[in-house]
Amino acid sequence: MEVIRGQEWKRPKPGPDAFERPFFEAAARGELLYQRCPKCGHAQFYPRAVCTACGADPEWATASGRGAVHTYTVVRQNGMPPFKDELPYVVAMVELPEGVRMMGNVTGMSPDEVGVGTKLEAYAVEFEPGLALPFWRPLR
Amino acid sequence: MSARDPVIVGVGLSDYPVAPHLSTPQHHAQAMQRALADCGLPKRALDGYCSAGMGGAGAEAVAMAEYLGIDHRYIDSTMTGGSSFEFHVQHAAAALRQGLCETVLVTYGSNFLSARGRTLGTGGFAARGAHVHGADMFQAPYGLSLVGAYAMVARRHMHAYGTKPEHLAEIAVGVREFAGLNPLAMYRDPITVQDVLSSRMIADPLHKLDCCVVSDGGGAFVMTTAERARDLRQPAVRVLGAAGGQTHWNISQMPDFTRSAAAKCAPETFAQAGLTPADVDVIQFYDSFTITVLTLLEDCGFCPKGEGGPFVAEGHLRRGGRLPLNTDGGGLSSCHSGMRGVFLIIEAVRQLRGQAGAAQVPGAEVAMCAGSGGFLSGIGTVLLGKS
Repeated sequence: MEVIRGQEWKRPKPGPDAFERPFFEAAARGELLYQRCPKCGHAQFYPRAVCTACGADPEWATASGRGAVHTYTVVRQNGMPPFKDELPYVVAMVELPEGVRMMGNVTGMSPDEVGVGTKLEAYAVEFEPGLALPFWRPLR
Repeated sequence: MSARDPVIVGVGLSDYPVAPHLSTPQHHAQAMQRALADCGLPKRALDGYCSAGMGGAGAEAVAMAEYLGIDHRYIDSTMTGGSSFEFHVQHAAAALRQGLCETVLVTYGSNFLSARGRTLGTGGFAARGAHVHGADMFQAPYGLSLVGAYAMVARRHMHAYGTKPEHLAEIAVGVREFAGLNPLAMYRDPITVQDVLSSRMIADPLHKLDCCVVSDGGGAFVMTTAERARDLRQPAVRVLGAAGGQTHWNISQMPDFTRSAAAKCAPETFAQAGLTPADVDVIQFYDSFTITVLTLLEDCGFCPKGEGGPFVAEGHLRRGGRLPLNTDGGGLSSCHSGMRGVFLIIEAVRQLRGQAGAAQVPGAEVAMCAGSGGFLSGIGTVLLGKS
């Protein structure tokens, strides 16, 4: 996925521990990670120290970076900065073909054009050098 | 009824919906005083205590037990969000049956509106400070509001089943009609489906009038055994069944955005009681949002999954309908001080005692409460019956 660097970050900033950090480091390299269990094959996101299906140790896996809107909302009222200056905006649950869902903003299209099933691709935005978070835009 | 069957004997509400003169612990205290006065038990009779809160003073059961001066031998601080008090009923009922205690007090209180304004639904939830951790790292940076989380559930339900905004609006209209009968309710003027649909969109597809109020308020109830209840002031209300479960905690982890844990715990509750949905006369269901009620209705088995919209549109939940909903005016129009589950139990007790005044459902013998905590995350269902 494309990585956008050098933008001012005003949003709440992830403070990952050593275990979670690889997700954000990979995103800053343009890779979208999720977890897969080597024992039972279960896919999961957000990253955890245990497979929620069988209890084994999950491993990192790389996703294609594509997905589709499972459900979404257009936030039209939020009193907190920086979000209050960005209204209206879309927050979606994105279904990945790898079998996990990720929350994210859908940008690059009008909120009115977003629907359940809209096909998306991920891009990453660096929030500090070497660490990035995924966002979503229409599949090109 | 056997001697140790659990019953509810006293209920009390603290001042609501706007009570700037009360702190959170003072809401707990006032509600306790009123619940004890209601049943006639002295405070020293209490040997069990359950409570939950949203942070700050009054959040911890042990701190509230100290403040209220309760010498307990059974304590439960289960915190599942707004449904905590339905879980407390389940746990206290088991404790009473086992003889772990004789008389349990459950309290909730919050000065939410006076202390924090109306920020809960549209900002406060997203404001987690400069740094976020754990699951929040994958949610908070995207600015989802609390209303927005429930809006995602409503959107998926509409997509999957063709549910319409008009269906959801009908729920708000019916609850408002009951609020008109409650002199203390925050909003009492009648509204129409069109009023809901033309109210401001907060997070599509949820309008302002699809959302509950933010208020101050607290509540308390006293549980004891059937044997102990015999010589008390009020008719005892029986706990016929109580069960709970969770499918997720964070909204991003909801496995099926149209289905809650009530799909599992409600059948268990009915089985304990030996009843079916057809036996229920009145329901007190968590109405943080209109979609919360619709989801719980389906999951509790009052209509098949996906048919909640048309079911509601038939008017069953209205005053005079066959399944009146939230006869105190609910969270949608009367009182929602952060965690509403305690009020569901209190209003169900009033109905089963025949003390609900103009909102009384004639001949009500069985009431169901369904509490929802988090984001349709932790669900507790309780069936109560007239003795």
